[in-house]
Amino acid sequence: MILMTHALEIRDLRFSYPGMPPVVEGFNLSLAEGEIGCLLGSSGCGKTTALRCIAGLEPVHGGEIRFRGEIVSRPGLTVPTEERRIGVVFQDYALFPHLNALDNVAFGLRALPKPDRRKRAAELLAMVGLPGSGAKYPHELSGGQRQRVALARALAPSPRLLLLDEPFSNLDGDLRERLSLEVRGILKAQGTTALLVTHDQNEAFAMADTVGVMRKGRIEQWDTAYNLYHRPTSRFVADFVGEGAFIDGLASDSDGIDTVLGALKHCPGCELKPGMPVALLLRPDDIQHDDAALLKAEVVKKAFRGAEFLYTLRLDDGKQLLSLVPSHHNHAVGEKIGIKLDVDHVVAFPRAEGADD
Amino acid sequence: MQALDTTRGAPRETRKPGLRLWNAAAIAIALALIAPIAVVGANLFVPGGGAWAHLSATVLPDYALNSLALVAMVATGTTVVGVACAWLVACCEFPGRRALEWALALPLAMPAYVIAYAYTDALQFAGPVQSSLRAAFGWAAGDYWFPEIRSLPGAAAMFVAVLYPYVYLLARGAFLEQSPSLAEAGRTLGLPPWQAFFRVSLPLARPAIAAGAALACMETLADFGTVSYFGVQTFTTGIFRAWLSMGEPVSAAKLSMLLLAFVAVLLAAERLARRRARFHDAPSSRRRSRVTLSRRAGTVALATCLAPLAFGFAIPAAMLARLSLQGGDEQFGARFATLAANSFFLSSITAVIAVALAVVMAYGARISRSPVGAAVNRVAALGYAVPGAVIAIGVLIPAARLDNLLADAAGSLFGISMGLMLTGSLVALVYAYLIRFLAVALQSVEAGLARITPAMEDAARSLGLGPSATLARVHLPMMRSSLVTAALLVFVDVMKELPATFVMRPFNFDTLAVQAYNLAADERLAEASTASLAIVAVGLVPLIVAARRMVKPEAPTAP
Repeated sequence: MILMTHALEIRDLRFSYPGMPPVVEGFNLSLAEGEIGCLLGSSGCGKTTALRCIAGLEPVHGGEIRFRGEIVSRPGLTVPTEERRIGVVFQDYALFPHLNALDNVAFGLRALPKPDRRKRAAELLAMVGLPGSGAKYPHELSGGQRQRVALARALAPSPRLLLLDEPFSNLDGDLRERLSLEVRGILKAQGTTALLVTHDQNEAFAMADTVGVMRKGRIEQWDTAYNLYHRPTSRFVADFVGEGAFIDGLASDSDGIDTVLGALKHCPGCELKPGMPVALLLRPDDIQHDDAALLKAEVVKKAFRGAEFLYTLRLDDGKQLLSLVPSHHNHAVGEKIGIKLDVDHVVAFPRAEGADD
Repeated sequence: MQALDTTRGAPRETRKPGLRLWNAAAIAIALALIAPIAVVGANLFVPGGGAWAHLSATVLPDYALNSLALVAMVATGTTVVGVACAWLVACCEFPGRRALEWALALPLAMPAYVIAYAYTDALQFAGPVQSSLRAAFGWAAGDYWFPEIRSLPGAAAMFVAVLYPYVYLLARGAFLEQSPSLAEAGRTLGLPPWQAFFRVSLPLARPAIAAGAALACMETLADFGTVSYFGVQTFTTGIFRAWLSMGEPVSAAKLSMLLLAFVAVLLAAERLARRRARFHDAPSSRRRSRVTLSRRAGTVALATCLAPLAFGFAIPAAMLARLSLQGGDEQFGARFATLAANSFFLSSITAVIAVALAVVMAYGARISRSPVGAAVNRVAALGYAVPGAVIAIGVLIPAARLDNLLADAAGSLFGISMGLMLTGSLVALVYAYLIRFLAVALQSVEAGLARITPAMEDAARSLGLGPSATLARVHLPMMRSSLVTAALLVFVDVMKELPATFVMRPFNFDTLAVQAYNLAADERLAEASTASLAIVAVGLVPLIVAARRMVKPEAPTAP
């Protein structure tokens, strides 16, 4: 069966704390060998709990978790964490303060004889870019260096699956982006299957092959970063990923939408019926500034982003839109500017009659 | 897939293997530790007979009134002394403050019965104080009034002198945790500094002060050496009289239960106070600025803090040293070495076992992550509130029955007569110590464990270690200093312990504490001074270590 080739396969997972509504429910996921997945969501969506269930740090109350086809968790069965052959990079790194970097990395290599252990640990430290730092203790390392040691430690025993819990959240923005790309490179070079948990879209998009947007304990959409942004399958995902605004429209036929800004064609997957009210997603790059355009909108807010301005615009009917405009077009708040639609990916969702926004 | 299910996912424990074992061990230890207290409680329902009727009609009201009066005086005294010193040290800056901060805890190393001997010797009719007064003023006996130290107020004074550090330490902590802006807000609202203290700082610290006073009162109720030496009739002396002189175990147990009722009230007060204390505002990150006192005020502050230190520690220590230099010499030599070895042996063996048990209980509760584990540990820690005399009764009653059973069985089965195996054995004595002092070890070990984030064990588990290996390779090395502190504190407590040792020690097996008590009871104070001084000296080292650490919080887990 195809299922058995998956490095990680989760079906209908459920977890709840006693006397509380489930934190994770109806959770499904599969990762192919060598794939890097990511659970993306705001705090409290259950992503960390799901990760802890996969690690075997929490029991599950419904569904099952399989590693390469082998059941590791189901109600009444939790293979202990230490028997799962996984690696975990913790949010606060959890380096052992009484051991130096080399001994931390060598900690999980108990099967090897001592000289081999040290050799392998040194190799891993070199691989994460810290050759020669083995004698340093965790408190002597910077945040980014601790992160690297934590990664080396988790990778040392060659785990079947690497789990990363908000691994970059304690780092500065610049370092965060650089490290996430670097870590992706290391994992891909090793062919490691990995699952990352984060609330940061940039981190998710930089690291993962596939990203699952989580909401209320389940995965709302499991897809590539590109599709999450341009082909969101639900309004929640459309709202959560990237920026944008919704405007009202009416389906003109099975593949077209009329709006106050004009008519649009090609809405794959929208399942439109003529006359159906829809909410149309407009990304800031879907709306272009054009002085010649007849359609005008008032500048309500503006945020300078270096190369561009992000303008918040108000249409005559009061609807607000976002528009990304090259920053040499510097308009004042209150000014009316011309805009036109330039939509590559039409995304629309059915709208209940009379419902606003 | 089905095949995989049955072969690899064969039924296994839901919870991590080994977890049950840890839980079961913790519960077993807790049960073993509270069993004797339950035995004492059960005797409440045994008919007491004539002896009990006689006791309750004659001496019981005295026991109750004396105990109450002692507790009231000690609570008041320790609160006044402890709060004054704590406030000066926490909120003011004056010469010597830094050293006083930890030195003020030193009287804790002095057992109350030891300073009782020292002050009795100094203040009795033939003692140096009265002799020099007579010489200076030409008085004769009966010409003048001099306070009798061997009285109820005298005993209360002894307790205040050595127990005020409980209030001092907790109140100091509370004052330091208060955000300085609170008192400053009071000042901006028009309160002068003194009123800001009474209307803002003091009310905020009240829970901590109450907790400290409750601890001091519990120690007072547990005392046997001081009250017995001063001839003050309290519950503890009553228990011993009923047990040893009258041979009335049931009456002793009934008295014990009454004493426990007193303790329970104090314990409840302490717990309640501490819980309230937790809700107070978060410690401020801003560095506290102390009021720098003027030279004169600084001198007054210094004198105020030096006084309790002198009365609770320096003066009695000096008097003991003088006594033992003058007359304690016959104590030295082989006999003294045996006593010291006995004390050392009992203390260290109890310390090691207590720390081991505390590690099992604290770690078991931690990895089970269930409220049950934590509750079990709280129950096991209750023994600290139970006076040694009560524990002794609770251990000895079943031990004596068991001994008789064993002896009868051995006699009828094998026709041999064996003596009493358990009663008066070291095993029973160490058991009693553990009941009383496990809480001391548990507190240190739990504090050490709490400083280790749970992510540490998650990390160790994800790297392939089971619960026991994780404990050995991660937790124990990380909490080494807490383990040492725990062992030292238990060691000192056992060293000082008198009532349980007094009744439970094996025949002809004396310790320093017992020797000091026996000699003092025979009015051989000079000879008692050597053993007393040794107890204090041994207690001093760990106390200084612990007090300095309390004052200067440990740096977070550096290797």
